[in-house]
Amino acid sequence: MKTKLHLGKNWLYLPLVMMAIFYLLPMYVILVTGFKSFAEIDLKTMWDLPKGIAFDNYIEAWAKLSPSLRNSFVMVIPASLISSAIGSLNGYVLAKWKFRGSDTIFPFILFGMFIPYQSIMIPLVQFMKGIGVSGLPGLALAHIIYGIPITTLTFRNYYASLPQELLEAAKIDGADMLGIYRHILLPISLPSFVVVLIWQFTSAWNDFLFAVILTGNKEWPITVALNNMAGSQIIAWNVQMAGSLLAALPTLLVYIFLGRYFLRGLLAGSLKG
Amino acid sequence: MASVTYKNVVKKFGDLTIIKNLNIVVEDKEFLVLVGPSGCGKTTALRLLAGLEEITDGEIVIDDRVVNDVAPKDRDIAMVFQSYALYPHLSVYDNMAFGLKLRKTPKDEIKRRVNEAAEILGITDLLQRKPRQLSGGQRQRVAVGRAIVREPKVFLFDEPLSNLDAKLRVQMRAEISKLHQRLQTTFIYVTHDQTEAMTMASRIAVITKGNLQQLDTPQNLYDHPNNLFVAGFIGSPAMNFFPAKLVKQGEKILVDSGDFQVTIPDSHSAPYKSMDGRSVIFGIRPENIHDADFAPQDIRGEKVTAKVDVTELMGNETLVYLVSGRNTFVGRVDPRSKLRLNDTTQVIFDMDKFHIFDAGTEEAIR
Repeated sequence: MKTKLHLGKNWLYLPLVMMAIFYLLPMYVILVTGFKSFAEIDLKTMWDLPKGIAFDNYIEAWAKLSPSLRNSFVMVIPASLISSAIGSLNGYVLAKWKFRGSDTIFPFILFGMFIPYQSIMIPLVQFMKGIGVSGLPGLALAHIIYGIPITTLTFRNYYASLPQELLEAAKIDGADMLGIYRHILLPISLPSFVVVLIWQFTSAWNDFLFAVILTGNKEWPITVALNNMAGSQIIAWNVQMAGSLLAALPTLLVYIFLGRYFLRGLLAGSLKG
Repeated sequence: MASVTYKNVVKKFGDLTIIKNLNIVVEDKEFLVLVGPSGCGKTTALRLLAGLEEITDGEIVIDDRVVNDVAPKDRDIAMVFQSYALYPHLSVYDNMAFGLKLRKTPKDEIKRRVNEAAEILGITDLLQRKPRQLSGGQRQRVAVGRAIVREPKVFLFDEPLSNLDAKLRVQMRAEISKLHQRLQTTFIYVTHDQTEAMTMASRIAVITKGNLQQLDTPQNLYDHPNNLFVAGFIGSPAMNFFPAKLVKQGEKILVDSGDFQVTIPDSHSAPYKSMDGRSVIFGIRPENIHDADFAPQDIRGEKVTAKVDVTELMGNETLVYLVSGRNTFVGRVDPRSKLRLNDTTQVIFDMDKFHIFDAGTEEAIR
């Protein structure tokens, strides 16, 4: 019985390891290509290790991409913070201050998650023109609004899991609606904030479509700039790969450092304080 | 210090009426316990007073002020919740100080009151801890402390002991009673546990199905229940009930259950003289049923033949479950009792301590 289980486990690992290798292959190519010289770039030698470790490609990519990296941060940070703050307030009201129709409004807000970016491109551009917001602020605004459904959902579920008595105690202690939010709920919302901040940061950072239709040359965030770095005739794959890694680094770092809070936050509703 | 009045209070949730016309006057400095089975409306009655639910009809008055439309924070009440509802991110000190801070109480005044409350409750060592670092009993004390520092006119307790283990519950029961004596303030306390009600209350309000059944001191409630519900709810094990008929035999009034007959002593029989043939419920508490070998000499006992079904030895007493025809009932007898399983025996009903209820209205006849 025991050996049989053991055998089964080993067989289970085989496909898992194979899938992991398959998944990591592009990462491998990015890494090795980023360290190769231009002369080494060839389809035939694409799997080979670089002849030496040089950071020239990274320096060159950094020189080309650093303004757009900055653009990305300028857009992503307010987009995540404001969207999370709005989601938290929405979630608070929808979970704890039910009003007539609140149970109808909630699914409508969630519906926003299922609207594909492509379908609203033309009205989005026209709307931004109409309100006179363009460039990075416009892009940030688009991400703030597109993020509201998911941030609202996350906070609503978290707040709904908190006992009503907690709010009632605060009410009797003398806190009003905003006071309860500020003094009681906000301080214990950190796990949920981590979840939505990571989520918003990643999705706004990785977005290409909104960025390409809403921003011009100077205001390109990293995703668009990376795409445009490739020349029309020759593509310097080594520099391109170095740039890709630079573009991916912030989201990777965010997840590496906040990942465990991310999981903890996702579980926050199910665990008792 | 305040009196509280429920005047024709009605509470409906949609079509569901939770409280039907509740009238209670709680005296100043009284310890009133609202008791009833779960879902009877007792917690709702408390929440109406706290202002956490809106009243559908009627008035709630605290100290001559109608508070129907007064916000909870302005009612001068403090409440201890069943789940304690401590703020998880605040220390014990800040939990207790929270309400005072919101009311802009001066810092040194807050400090004085929190320290004083902590002293009373013996939680001075815990002031810097977070709620999650406390045991259930300690959390309970903090919740009480949070109420004390507010120095409210009325303390409200919503089943505060139901999450504690049995031993701690007994201990906290005594402490809350002591606290009431010390603070000399009106306490209103909700529980489903009749033992808590009996041991702590100055008066008990028994509620079921949204109606007040009886409001009286624990002793009166126990000795003179107004109806079948109160009689069955107060006391443990519960009072025994037998469907029966009143029978007039000459000048004597007999209770005939079909399986046994007992005679009502002349001194008690006056109310039943004109009730020959009336269908009633005959009630007698377990401690008024005695093993014939150990029955006190000075009681007016009536013999009833029954078979022993189960005996439960408690040490200081023995509970005997008995069967007489269609009726099963329980006696609380002397621990020296020799009654054994399946014995057929004669037990003694103490006929100075019986209850008669109308079979239709279930009201006491006396």
